Order: sequence, then structure tokens, then C-alpha cells
Amino acid sequence: MSVKYSNEHEWIRVEGDVGTVGISQYAQEQLGDVVFVDVPQAGRKIAKGESVAVVESVKAASDIYTPASGEVTEGNAALADAPGDINADPMGKGWIFKVKLADPADLDGLMDQAAYDEFVKSLS
Amino acid sequence: MDRSQGRTGGIVSGGNPAPATFTGNRALQIEEPLIFEMGQPGRCGVDLPEPPPTRNDRLNGLRRLGEIGLPGLSEPQVVQHYTRLSQKNYAIDMGVYPLGSCTMKHNPRINEKVARFAGIGDLHPLQPVSTVQGALELIDRLAHWLKTLTGMPAVAMSPAAGAHGEMCGMMAIAAALEAKGERAQRRTVLAPESAHGTNPATAAALGFTVKPIPANEAGRVDLGALKAALGPDVAAIMLTNPNTCGLFESEIVEISSAVHAAGAYFYCDGANFNAIVGRVRPGDLGVDCMHINLHKTFSTPHGGGGPGAGPVVLSAALAPYAPYPWIVKNGDSWTIAEDGARVDGQPLGRLKAFHGQMGMFTRALAYIMSHGADGLKQASEDAVLSANYVMAALKDVMTPAFDGPCMHEALFDDGFLKDTGVSTLDFAKAMIDEGYHPMTMYFPLVVHGAMLIEPTESQAKEDLDLFIGALRSLAERATSGKAAEDFKAAPRFAPRRRLDETLAARKPVLRWRPSNSFKQAAE
Repeated sequence: MSVKYSNEHEWIRVEGDVGTVGISQYAQEQLGDVVFVDVPQAGRKIAKGESVAVVESVKAASDIYTPASGEVTEGNAALADAPGDINADPMGKGWIFKVKLADPADLDGLMDQAAYDEFVKSLS
Repeated sequence: MDRSQGRTGGIVSGGNPAPATFTGNRALQIEEPLIFEMGQPGRCGVDLPEPPPTRNDRLNGLRRLGEIGLPGLSEPQVVQHYTRLSQKNYAIDMGVYPLGSCTMKHNPRINEKVARFAGIGDLHPLQPVSTVQGALELIDRLAHWLKTLTGMPAVAMSPAAGAHGEMCGMMAIAAALEAKGERAQRRTVLAPESAHGTNPATAAALGFTVKPIPANEAGRVDLGALKAALGPDVAAIMLTNPNTCGLFESEIVEISSAVHAAGAYFYCDGANFNAIVGRVRPGDLGVDCMHINLHKTFSTPHGGGGPGAGPVVLSAALAPYAPYPWIVKNGDSWTIAEDGARVDGQPLGRLKAFHGQMGMFTRALAYIMSHGADGLKQASEDAVLSANYVMAALKDVMTPAFDGPCMHEALFDDGFLKDTGVSTLDFAKAMIDEGYHPMTMYFPLVVHGAMLIEPTESQAKEDLDLFIGALRSLAERATSGKAAEDFKAAPRFAPRRRLDETLAARKPVLRWRPSNSFKQAAE
């Protein structure tokens, strides 16, 4: 399945019933160099819109809101030693957590790539 | 000899036509080693007698056997080291210090003189109460001024700083909710997106869930969004007024009415009180509690010269929960009501040892009494005038974040730097080369590339003009489109060049450890 975006600049990529979540290229550019990431623990139940992770950069600490409800299956432990992965590869190695979706309908209100690109363009 | 000790940054070299010096020093700009890298082990600044031989080792086998590695220095070496370090510092006593949201105003010398009177400076908090009657009266006098200026019936004097005051105020709100049986139900605290970071941190530390309220186009709280967020689960709103965009929350009365109608409390962050002293009483706006940073509005030092102090004024609804100690007058004498004392309330406990920051109380009262009510009002008016002067003088070359006049601080965004290759950070670093402490940057977060300038009332007009001239020159240079490299290279003339903030945050070096060569040299 393709990637979807929230208007808080998180992306989610769903394979089967598990979604992988991170922040967008635009978000990492805005944040600047990421220096610390607090990722959620596996097993944690999370509700759509809830703040579940924190990304701290040289400029600011930002909450990461989950775009879908469910149970965390994995947090990206590698970010503890390599927070810069979020800057270098936000859509790949810089993923933050994986969530087993409670309700696929959570994804319905999210933007596809084209809609998100338009959204970002409207911000500048 | 290279005395830079391998630290990053180093002295100015590349791009500077002047040759390196033999010492690494640049006239009075000394390359200063760490104190652990100085002196000789075993050297001592004082001549102590050998301890007498004792028959029994009373340390019971716990005597230290290894070296503790303290540097060995004479007294002049220590004095010279710290004096040289102090000369690298930038301070309010040296010039414009435009750090927004911090109110870096002048610390009047009369405050210092009064704080050093023997009857005040030599007090000990464990002295018998009968011997500190004047000090207790001083605290009460300051409390009276703070209550009068804010239009609030009570004040808790002991909190040690702004965030500590926030904690005190929010604990009072939690205690009031507990008394009403609503603590379990009201678990949400609302905070505007532009809030000081300490606001959500305080609420979270007390177990509340923080919900951000967006700002509207005018940089103020979105009243509709606030009303939509209010409900039976909301304990309080934490709001700064004027807010961190330097704007007065014009709908503040509607906000407090809506908050109270929903059964919640209104915590006001008093960090920006300097803008409104003598003009607006927070109590009249429906505030339930507000901390007052004595080290901002009331001119006590921001660290270095002393601790902060954050008394919290409380509404009648919250006054019973003010923490110990309470200063109580019985007839002609003052007493300190400590833990467990019978007072007319249900104090939430104790937040601090002893009675608060006495030295700061003294300085703040000296400031208040030397200004008088009219002087306090004029100070606030001058602070707002100065900020608007800066705003008006820069708005054609920089981009104000919001239209219209500001309060005590002028907020710009990085719109004027768009497509120049110069960032807010680069601009701030270039200010250092021009001899100015940078403004607050990247805060508040609601404004892109924020630059927040708070000149305070302390600067003379001609000094503000020089500051404005420097910023105008930098802005014009940045927008020329040809200076990005120069800005990226700033600061060129500071003791250290641009520091690697990312590396410092990712791999912080929190203590000095001797290198092998250093160890060998020591042996």
C-alpha cells in the first residue's frame, strides 16, 4: 500500500495490518538536526491523535502524533544511537514506530502523496 | 604552543589576514585552559598545618587511598583564571541584551547596596524569629506590593523561580480540585501553542494531560478553539499575557469567563508582567494564580549574582492552599507558620527549605520602593515603547511576525531571509561579531524562524539606535543575496567559532577526563 500523511506531517505506510510511522521530509527539514528521539515501547496501546513519540532537534522538541489507533509492535531502537537517520532518510531508516492497526478506517482521512505535496506547498 | 587543547572551534585563523600569535592569545582575548589543565599536583594556595597524628583511624577503613585529581593552584592562579573567564562573558552590565521572553533589564546598584546591609546580608534562616522581625516585615511589605500590583488577595512567597512558581500554582489548583472532589475527573490542562515550554512541562509533571490550543491569524489564542476544548475534563488553562509573541491577549476577559464557566482555573504565566505593571492588574482579568519572576520584572539578577525567585499570587479560591511557610502577624510581632501550624487554610505543604530567596526579596523591594508606583508604571511603559521603537525601526528591512504594535518585545519571522541562504541561526551568530548578544531565536515555535527582541526599558535611545543600526546593516547584507557564505562563517571574532550544536547534543561530553599525555606530564 502507498504512503499516507497526516496534517501534522507524520507518514504511515501499511503492509498487511501493520503500519510503519515516521515524519515527512518537510518535517525533518523544518526541525533541523535531530538529536534525540523518544520512541514508544512495543505493546503500548495508542489512540489516533495521541502523542506517542518525541523528536528533539537543535531547534525544538516536537510531539509525534500517531495517525492510527492500535498496538505498538516495535519502536525503532536504532534511533537511540543514530537520531540523524530521521534527517538522512526520514521515509526509510528514520521510521519511528510500527503499529498494529485496530481499525483500517483510521487511514481514510489521511492525505495521499499528491494531496500532501499540495498541503506542503500551501504552507510556504 | 597550541593551547587550544584540541577543542573544536579554536581561535580565528582562516580568512583572517592577521598572522597567528605565538601564544594563541589575541591581545586581551586569552586562550584559557580548563582549571584541571593548569597548575601542578600538590600545589596548595594556603599553608595548612600538618594534621596531628591520631592514634585511632576513625574512618573505619574508609580512608581514601587513590588520588582525587584536584588541580594544584596558587591563589593568584585561581583568581586570574576566573577573572579571565569572566571577561569572556557577556552580561547586562556590558550592553544591550535583547533576549526575548527573559526581561534582561538593568539590575540597579541600590538593590545590591541594600541587600548587603549587615542586618539583611548576615541573616541566617535558623535565627530565632524574635531577631528577624524586620526581615519578616520586609517579606510582608514585598508581598503587599505584589498583591497590590496584581490585584490579587494572597501571595505564596517561597517558590524559587518561575517554573517553581508554576508548580506551586498548579499544585494549588490541583488541591482546590481535590477539595471539590474533581481531581480525578479534571485531568486536562490547556496551553496555547505559543506557551513557554515550562507550562506544559509543569502540567505534565503534576500528572495532567496537556492539550495545545492553536493561535489565530493575529497571534493570539483562538477563542473558538479554546471554547471547543473546554469541558468537564479540563482542570486549567495556562496562558501568558502578554503572550510570547509579544502581544496582549485582547480577548483575555472572554477567555477567563469561558474557563471559569467550564469549572476550570486560569493560570497566568507572569513571565511577561514587565509589560503591564501599573497598567493592568491580572486579578481584574480573572486570573486565579500567577507567578512573578522577580528576576525579570523586579530587576533581581538572572543567576550569577543570585538565584531567581518566583512568588505566586493567588485568587481567593486558591489562597487557602498556599504552601508553608506563612508569614503571620500577631499583634505587633511577626511569626513564621511552619509545617503543621494552625493557619486559616489548608496549605498544600512545603515547596522549599526556609522562607524563600531573602536576598531577592530585598532587591525586589528596593527596586519597587526606589521606583514608587509611578516609576513602576513608567518602567513598563518605557519597556513597551522601546520594543515598539525597535519594531518600527526594523519593519522595513525585517519581517514582523504580526501586524500592529507589540507590547514589550518585537517578534520577527525569517520571511526577509527567504531564498537568501541565510538562516535565523546564521543571522544571530553574525550579531555576535557585531558585538551584540543575539535575540531569542526559534521561539515561539508558532512563528517560522522566530527572532524575539526584548530591549527592556533599560537601554538609552542612542544605544538602541546603534543596535538597530547593526541589525539594519546585517539585514541589508543578508538580503543582498551575496553574503550567505559570510553569514555561515559567523561568528569570526568570538573566542570560539560556530560550535557544533548537533554533535554537542548527540554526544555530550559532560566531564573532563585527563588525556594520557596529560597524566604523564602530571607524573
